[in-house]
Amino acid sequence: MRKEGKASPLPSGGDPFCLAVVRIDTEVIGRVLVVAPHGELDLHTAEEFKRVTDRELERANARHIVVDCSGLTFVDSSGLGAILGRYKKVSQIGGQMVFAGVPEQTRSILRLSGILKIIPEHHDPKRAVRCISGVAR
Amino acid sequence: MKNTLSLEIASLPENVGVARVTLAAFAALDSFSVAEIEEIKVAVSEAVTNAVVHGYRDRPGVVMLRAELENGRLCIVVEDTGVGIENIEQARKPAFSTDPERMGLGFVFMESFMDELEVVSAPGAGTRVRMTKTAARHEVREGE
Repeated sequence: MRKEGKASPLPSGGDPFCLAVVRIDTEVIGRVLVVAPHGELDLHTAEEFKRVTDRELERANARHIVVDCSGLTFVDSSGLGAILGRYKKVSQIGGQMVFAGVPEQTRSILRLSGILKIIPEHHDPKRAVRCISGVAR
Repeated sequence: MKNTLSLEIASLPENVGVARVTLAAFAALDSFSVAEIEEIKVAVSEAVTNAVVHGYRDRPGVVMLRAELENGRLCIVVEDTGVGIENIEQARKPAFSTDPERMGLGFVFMESFMDELEVVSAPGAGTRVRMTKTAARHEVREGE
């Protein structure tokens, strides 16, 4: 079931002058948690990402995470640190994490950080879920 | 003509976005591309985050930002009066972080996305980060 995060004023896609706001949508498919941050992930909003993701992981007893980045308009090292923290959590229980739908403006920072070497990227979120579910069996 | 900007913000996580967006709007007054503005946003975000998290260690404080814009060249100074950095060389290295939830890439991003980065700091004396970037479009125009 898809759960929409708390409504907050959202930036229009790609507007470089929008303030840091984020809405975290989640969906559980089997043992895969799809987390979709909409807006900007920085020091402030990364806390909401951690809180929602940890809560849903536990609630759904999920083992894997797909981070659907298609609505992500900005991320810095605090946001990447929050994602990496969740990766460590699922790794500890034998799970996997993948990125999906990474926008072009976000890819350069993901590449530069080296995070794509440990968290693979899929173009399409649905395909990412199928792939990671296959790994789960 | 030189344009200048001065901004003082409380050392609060929610102000990282305020600083980032303000500096992005300032840079957009010159010939920076959208991609370059995105890079400036990351650099400012990292510098202000460092001041909030490491400089003031989440305690109250003021982060000062100054910026100058002239002929396609942007200079940003982010300053705090927090605890300072004991070993700047080590802090600038990739993946140096004491927190498992942090990547330790703040200075790496600042260095990669800006043309120049200068860090002045001492224990107990705060930290001053100075970054510059020249718009590629402007460089092309100059060379024509």
